[in-house]
This record gives sequence, structure tokens and C-alpha cells, in this order.
Amino acid sequence: MNAPFPPRAKKRLKIATATLGGCFGCHMSLLDMDERFLDLAKLVDFDRSPLTDLKHCGPCDIGLIEGAVCNAENVHVLREFRAQCRTLIAVGACAINGGLPAQRNPLDLSDLMRKVYCDRVDDTAQIPDDPELPLMLDKVYPIHEIVRIDYLIPGCPPSADALWKFLTDLIEGRTPRLDYAHFRFD
Amino acid sequence: MASIDSALEPILARYGREPSALLQILRDAQEACDWISPTVRAEVARALDIPATQIDCLTRFYAHLYDEPRGRYRVLFSDNITDRMADAPALMARMLEQFGLEPGEVSPDGLLSIATTSCTGMCDQGPALLVNNRAVTRMTPERIDAISALIRARAPLDDWPSHFFEVHDNIRRADILLGATCASGEAIRAALARGRDGMFAEMKKSNLRGRGGAGFTTAVKWEACRDAPGEARFVICNADEGEPGTFKDRVLLQSYAGRVFEGMAIAGYVTGANKGFLYLRGEYSYLRAPLEAKLAEMRRENLLGDAICGDAGFSFDIMIHMGAGAYICGEETALIESLEGKAGKPRIRPPFPATYGYLGQPTVVNNVETLCKATEIAIQGGAFYAGQGTQQSTGTKILSVSGDCERPGLYEYPFGVSIAQVLEDCGAEDAFAVQIGGAAGNCLAPHEFDRCIAFEDVPTAGAFMVFGQGRDMFETALNFANFFEHESCGFCTPCRVGTAIVARMMNKIDAGHGARYELNELNRLDVLLRTSSHCGLGQSATMALRDMMQKFAPAFERRLSLKDFEPGFDLDAALAEARALTGRDDEAAHLGADS
Repeated sequence: MNAPFPPRAKKRLKIATATLGGCFGCHMSLLDMDERFLDLAKLVDFDRSPLTDLKHCGPCDIGLIEGAVCNAENVHVLREFRAQCRTLIAVGACAINGGLPAQRNPLDLSDLMRKVYCDRVDDTAQIPDDPELPLMLDKVYPIHEIVRIDYLIPGCPPSADALWKFLTDLIEGRTPRLDYAHFRFD
Repeated sequence: MASIDSALEPILARYGREPSALLQILRDAQEACDWISPTVRAEVARALDIPATQIDCLTRFYAHLYDEPRGRYRVLFSDNITDRMADAPALMARMLEQFGLEPGEVSPDGLLSIATTSCTGMCDQGPALLVNNRAVTRMTPERIDAISALIRARAPLDDWPSHFFEVHDNIRRADILLGATCASGEAIRAALARGRDGMFAEMKKSNLRGRGGAGFTTAVKWEACRDAPGEARFVICNADEGEPGTFKDRVLLQSYAGRVFEGMAIAGYVTGANKGFLYLRGEYSYLRAPLEAKLAEMRRENLLGDAICGDAGFSFDIMIHMGAGAYICGEETALIESLEGKAGKPRIRPPFPATYGYLGQPTVVNNVETLCKATEIAIQGGAFYAGQGTQQSTGTKILSVSGDCERPGLYEYPFGVSIAQVLEDCGAEDAFAVQIGGAAGNCLAPHEFDRCIAFEDVPTAGAFMVFGQGRDMFETALNFANFFEHESCGFCTPCRVGTAIVARMMNKIDAGHGARYELNELNRLDVLLRTSSHCGLGQSATMALRDMMQKFAPAFERRLSLKDFEPGFDLDAALAEARALTGRDDEAAHLGADS
């Protein structure tokens, strides 16, 4: 007969992170946890992330996305994260609202590309057509317009304290909750 | 230039170049000049010695003020759900086609523009529209054709057939208010006979509660205003009847204006105010002239002015102030802001208007119907009044019945009447749903038709919209979502952003891209808007949506995508411009569906 409450091995959670159209500021904030990062590493394993340099994401518990969706590659990365991560989190202003990259939205994409690539003195100037380069989307989109998002962590960037609080809440099974001080920026 | 000066001069003079009359000045200027052009803007700013941005603040806030030309004829189709159910979109499409225009577009010759506006309060005789602020009712394809011909012929509105502008009372059930005939001045004289304290005591005894929806006890409001320190006191009649589906105040002002004004005078008598304002919604502009005539008549009869009815200590007069297309101005502090010539954004309460209202002075703001009730109490006494209706909702209530019923119009009942009774009386026994209290009210399904109209059960300012079998309640929820997004004043973030996200998600579901995710989000937004909005608009903006999602779930579910989530737009099409720029068409230049 089985014991009524058989002991279960505590599962180590897996985390993946990625930056789409962003400045890596949110990742810098993650590093800004300082020594707490070591505590975090005791609790979780990292899958795809700039920290591990893995290029693809396996099945994960938590995915953190920084940055906005600017081009076709961003869409593919985001879709992969959504497919692999149980919980997907929009981190920072760009992921949540489009942020700075979305400042191009009022501009016409053709004008923009011609200004950047063609208004030059050399006569080889042309808009690059290399298939290696991802195509730009007509506009910059926040990530929740492309895939379903479970949580968001506001800030530009969110503070290390906010990220720490949010992640430890998630890991320990509490509904994440940021106190006012965590997103008060003035 | 000279012509603009000559058009503006009498308007500026009429309002004594008073900056607090800015909204009235802009309304009149627009009527004279068709729009608030940069010249008009500069001229008014100079004449009132105010920054021109103060004018922009109003032209951008009020839907019926224009800072760009909208044509000589500005046609606005009422876009309430009842107008839609009566085929307003087809009528609008017909007119757009006749002129080859898109909604909101101005014809190249500057002749006209055709667009939509929020409910114009003609739900019992719709579909309705406004042409340059004049209401046209009972629209048919034939009437559209006639109007198009008149506009092409550039016929002045005064030359249009007068029956186009007819507005009927449609009183279907009259009780103590609508059924009574009382002589002019009877109520004021009765109040004077009771004395200030005596009249107040009767108000208290009556337990009359406000008819604008919130149901605050009128006597308590009057008492607070009377006892608050101040240099002057004011009585405001809130006739900004903007709640979609409500039109009882329109009938009271059209056929019972004497009762309304006497009620205001009685409120002035009890509270010690000697100035009153009637805040009339812009959509009811056609009522202004007859109301002014009624005021003049009452002044002649010494029912307004100094020493009313010979009482040397009682003087009171009333001014009419026009709104300009802003639902939020029905909120009393927004209304006061508007009255002071500003954008109608709700104030932070407390302090309440009773102590800090118009110009910072103690002010009573009452609904049109509430003030009529005060005249009943003056004549018949508070005990008589309290004897009707239910314990917590005394007296009678006028319902504005519209939608899928045989006899739309006004129904006055003692409080406590069941929904089923009203449905039977208006000829809609087989109703599918009833929306009570307007877009900001509750939606009831047939299993709830035994519930009662009363503050203790189903409270309402009077709107009663009936939906027949076969109606799609999602359409109604979508109409309301778009309405609230448009009408949010933008002052607080939960409402400004929340109503916009609700509308965006509803439109996404309507386009077939919604998933269960959106329904969950809508439920979350409902809680957020309800608990964190600054005023009643945001707090009630998702009330009907919540009810409909709960009681008419299939209407929402049948529109959902089979997927867990999908974008509200075509991702591959979002790459089309970049494909064209680079001349690429390889596999990586496309985005397939998310697998």
C-alpha cells in the first residue's frame, strides 16, 4: 500500500529569456540582482537565454520576453517561446506597449528605409534584400498582440527588486504581486 | 474677415464677453460660421482675453464642436442600439451612397458630412438623426431621399417640411405626474403657503429619491445645500439626458416645462438659492425656444423674478445653458464644470456640489423628473407621496420604453412594478432581453422578468430597452463598448484606457479573431473599471457587458476563433510593404499562421 502522501521530488523550474526589439536593458536589470542571481540559480535552470547562448528554447516553465515585435524574426522567436513556455511574461515597456521602437509607427516604412539606406552619396545605395535579414513589419507591435501573454512586469527597465520579487513569487507558487514601490519611477 | 466679425459681435455681446460663457459662445459661433475656424478661434480668444488653447480644450472635448470644416449640413445619425435595430445603418449607407461619401468625410464642395453620434434621445420614434443640431425623427428610405434632395438644393433648415422635425410625446401610461393637470403657479403657491421649513419637512416626509439614477435622497441634498456656508446658492436642473435609451426628460421639458421650472423655484425657495440653470443637452436644441418662451411667461406671471407671488423675500430666476455632445456632462460635477465654460471633466468628490458646486458655492443638482416630483409634494404633501411605490422607493417612476415592442413611449408606474408587467403593457410579452438603465445599466434575461423596478431591486434612471427573439446581444454589447470608448472623458487612466481596450477586444471578437482569452480579459477589465475608475461612467461602463457575457454567453462564444489566441490582424500582410521594398518573396519573407 502506498503511503498517503508519497514524497515528491521538488521539480526544478526552467526559465528562458529573450530580447526582441529592445535594448537589453531589462536583461541588465536581471543581472542587477547581484548576489541574488546566485540564489535564483539554485532554484531554477536556464534554457534559451543570452546567459546560456542557447539558440532555441526547449520546454520551459517561465519565459521572459523583453522588447517589442519589429520584424519577422521577432515573430518566430516569440511564437517559439509561447509554444514552449507554460507561463509567458512581457517584461518592460517595449514588450508591453511597443516602447521606444514603436516611435517609428507614425512614419511610413518606405520613407524610413529609403532615408536610412538610399539617401547616401555612394551610388550603390539600395535597400538590402539579403534573405538572411528579417523583414520589417509595417508597424512595431507589443507582444500581447501577437501571442497570448500571462503576466507583465512594467518598467523601463523593471528594477532588479521588481524582477526578483516577481520571479520568486512565481517560483514559490504565489500569484505575483508588485508593491507600489516596485513600479514607482518618479 | 468683416463677415466673421459681424457674425461674432452679437454673440460676444449676448454673453457679455464672459469667459465662463465660452461653451455657449462657441456653440453659437459654430451655428453662425459652420465651424470654429482659426479666425473664429483667434477672434473669440482676443475678445474674451483668454488663451486660444482654452478654446481648443473645448472644441476637442465636445463632440458637436468642430475645429475643422464639417460642411454646411452636418448630418449625424443617432447610433444607439435601438436606432440600429430600426435599420439606421442601412439608412446611413443609403445617404452616403447618394453623395458618394464615406462616414465622416466632407463632400469636396463643402456641402455636407455624414457621421454618427451617440443616442439622441428619440428611441421611441427612431431611427433619428441630427442636422446642424436639429432632430429629425422616424427616418425612412423615402425621408432620406427627401433630405438628400433638400441638401442638394441647399434649402435652409427652416424651409424643410416641419413634420420632419416633429417630436411626439408618446405617453402610454400616465400616473400622478403625467396624468395630473395643475394650474400654472399652483405648486409654487402651495410651497409658499407651507413656508420654507414646512416645505422642507414635506420633502423629508416624502422620502423622494433622485430620478437621475443614483437615487440620493433629495431632501438630504437640499438640506446640505441650505446649511452650507456660501455667498450664493444655485439650483441646477440636469437635463443632459444622455443615457442611451432615456427620453423622459425630453417629454417633461416639451409638455410639462412649467412643472420643471416650478420645481426648480421650490428648490430655490427651500435652499435659499435665487439663481437656477437648466443644463439642456445639445441634442434637444429644438426645445430651447419654447422653453425660453415658457420662462418669459412665468416671469410675466410673477412665478419667476423678484418677489415671486408677492413674497418679498423670494426671488429666483432661471437661465438655460446648452450642452454640446458629451455624455459625461450628465455626471453632476462634470455638468458644473461645463456650466462654468470648461471641458466637462468630473471633479474629485468630496466636496460634493451641495457644499462646493457652481463657482464653488453650495449647489443643488437635480434631475428633471425629480424636480417635477417636488411640485407634486408641494401640492399633495409628503405623506401622500410616501404612500405610493415601495418602502425605499416612494412615488412613481417614468420609464422610457423603446426597442422591440408594439407601443414604445413613456410609461409612468408606481415604483415596484415588475418587468413582466411593463413588457405586457408595451406589447413585448415574448421579449428575449431587457436592458434597464441605459448602456450603463443592467441587462435582464427572461428568468428575471419578475423582478421589480425600484432602488431596492432594479434601479433605473428610466431607460427600458426591449430586445425581441432573434436579437444578437453581442451586437448590443459591441454598440455599448464603442459608445463608452467614445464618451470616456479621458481624465482617469482606468476609464480612458480601459474603455478603449474593451472596445478593441469587442471589435476583435466581432471580426472573428477573438478567443477565450479575450473573454477572460473582458471579465478582468470589468472588475478593474468598476473598482478603480474615477466616476460613475467608468464604474458602470462594463455593467451591461458583464450581464450579457453571463446571460447570453452563446452570442459571444459562437464568434470565437478555434485557436487559443490569434492576432487581430494579418501578420503576413504586415510584411507586404517590406517585401515590396526589398523585392523579396522567399519563404523567410512570409509569416504563416501560428501552428
